[in-house]
Amino acid sequence: MTKICCIVFSTLFLFTCAISAHAGDLDSFKGQKGTLKIAGGTAHIPVMKEAAKLIMQANPDLRITIAGGGSGVGIKQVGEGLIDIGNAGRKATDKEVSTYGLTMYKWAVDGVGVVVNPKNTVTKLTTAQLQDIFSGKISNWKELGGADRAINLYDRDAASGTRSVFWKKGLQKANVSTTANIVASNGAMKTAIAGDPYGIGFVSVGHIDASIAPVTLDGIAPSLENVKSGAFKVSRGLYSLTKGEAQGLAKLFIDFIFSPTGQDLVKAKGFVAVQ
Amino acid sequence: MAMGSGLLLIAILCMMAVLGWPLVENGRFFALFSTTWSPHAQAYGILPMILGSLRITVLALLFSLPMSIGTACLAELLAPRPLRRLLLVTIRFMAGVPTVVYGFVAVFLLVPLMREYLIFGSGFSILTASLVLAVLIAPTMIIFFVNGLQSVPRSYCHAVDSLGARPMQKLIYLLLPQAYPSLLIGVILGLGRAMGDTLISLMLAGNSVALPESVAESGRTLTAHIALVIAADFSSMEFTTIFACGLILSLFTVCLIVSIRLLDRFGTRGAQHREMSTESRP
Repeated sequence: MTKICCIVFSTLFLFTCAISAHAGDLDSFKGQKGTLKIAGGTAHIPVMKEAAKLIMQANPDLRITIAGGGSGVGIKQVGEGLIDIGNAGRKATDKEVSTYGLTMYKWAVDGVGVVVNPKNTVTKLTTAQLQDIFSGKISNWKELGGADRAINLYDRDAASGTRSVFWKKGLQKANVSTTANIVASNGAMKTAIAGDPYGIGFVSVGHIDASIAPVTLDGIAPSLENVKSGAFKVSRGLYSLTKGEAQGLAKLFIDFIFSPTGQDLVKAKGFVAVQ
Repeated sequence: MAMGSGLLLIAILCMMAVLGWPLVENGRFFALFSTTWSPHAQAYGILPMILGSLRITVLALLFSLPMSIGTACLAELLAPRPLRRLLLVTIRFMAGVPTVVYGFVAVFLLVPLMREYLIFGSGFSILTASLVLAVLIAPTMIIFFVNGLQSVPRSYCHAVDSLGARPMQKLIYLLLPQAYPSLLIGVILGLGRAMGDTLISLMLAGNSVALPESVAESGRTLTAHIALVIAADFSSMEFTTIFACGLILSLFTVCLIVSIRLLDRFGTRGAQHREMSTESRP
C-alpha cells in the first residue's frame, strides 16, 4: 500500500501545483533532511498529499510517504512507533491515549454525508428512513419512490473513523444489517457507489464530487457551508496524532497544516478549516 | 532448506496459537464457530468467513480445473503447432499479471455485468470473486499440467503412435494417467493460491458478515476478514480472534493438501494392484 502511494505520489509530483503557498510558510523546512511517514485515516489523504507535495517541491531532500489503512491503523501504528504521524477521523479513546501517550492535533472539521449514485432519483431522506435502510427494513428503492430494485448497502469496516461518526450521529447507533457490503476506504466507497446505480453508502464530505450524489438528510444537504455553520450534524474533527509531543519533522509538518497555506489546502479539499 | 522452511511454518503456527491463547483462556474458542460477527455485541463468530473461504475456493477450483486441463491438452497436443506456442506464451504472461489488476478490471467490467444480468444483487458476490479467482489460479495449474504432459517418456508416446492411436485416445489412455502426479501438484498449488488470496475476495466478494445463503450473495473470506479487522484496537478481543482466523486458515490448507495426498496414495496403490493383476494374468 505504501509503495502504491509512493508511486502515485511521485507521479503527482510531476504536475504543477494548483495551490500557491503563502510566503514564509515553507521556510521552516529549509535545510531539513529525512523521511516522514504518515498513515491512517483515509479522509485525510487528499490534504496530506497536497501538503507533502508542496513541502517536497520546496525541499527535495525530504521524503514524505502517505498511506491509508483507516483511523484504527493510524492510531495503532503511531503508538507503536512504526510511523511518525498517525491520522484519525475520530478522537482517540482515553485508553488509546493513555496506553501510547498520544498527542492529538485537530486541524479540520469534516462532515460525513450519505451518498447514492447520480442516476438515483431518491435524493432526500429522513433519519428514520436512513435507519430503516441500513437495518434492512426498507430493502427496495421503490418504497422510497425510486426504481424497483433492491437497495445495495455499502458499509465500512469497524476500524473506520468515518463509520464510527456516521453510526453515532447519522444512524444514531441503529443496527446495521449484516448483509451490507463492506469496503475498505473512503475512495473505495466512492468507486463502489459511482459504479452501482442501486447502492447507498457514506463518505467524508471532502470526497463528494460529480461521480456520486449527496443525499439531503432531514432537509439539510451535506455541504461544506452546512458543516461549517453546524446545521449538518454528522460531523467530526480530523486529527493527526503523534507519540508524545510532536518533534522534528513531524512538528514542522503539523505546524505547516495549521499555517495559512495548510488551512487553505484544507478548505480547497472540501473540509472546514479550524483557524 | 526444506527443513528450515518446515520449521518456520511450525514456528508461525505456534506463534499464532500463543497470540490467540486469550481466546481459549476466556472460554471463547468454541464461540468462534457461531454465525454472528458483531464486536459491539461481544459476538466473534467466524463461521461465515470459514464457509466463505471454503465456498470461494471450491467454486474457483470447479471453474478452473476443466478450463486448465482443457487448455493444457490443447497447448500440448490437440492444437495446431503455431497456436500451441501462442497459448503457452499467453499463459506465461497471465501468470505474471498482478492480482490487483484482475481485481480492478473485474470491479469495472464483471461486477456491473453480474449486477445487471446475472444475480441482480450489488454484483459483489462469492460467485463474482470465484470467477476471477478461477482465472487467477488457472496459469499456475496449466503450467504444471503442461510440464506433466511433457514429461511422459517419448518411448511410450512412440509406442502408442505406432499402434495408430488418435490424439484423443493417446491423451486419455496414456498422457493423462501418466501425468497424474503433476496434475495433482497443479491442483494443490491452485487450491493453496485460491484459499490464500486476499485481494480478489476483498475487492469482489462484498465482505458482508452475514452467513451467505447462496453463492450469488455477498460473503467474506478468512483472508479478507483478517485484512479488515487488523485495523482494530490492538488490545481488543476482535484483534485476538484474527490469530485464530490465521490458525484456522493454515490448518484448513494443510488438511486439504494432506487429504489430496492421501487420496493420491490410495488411488495409486489401487492402480498398482490393478496393474499387477493384469500382469499376472498371462
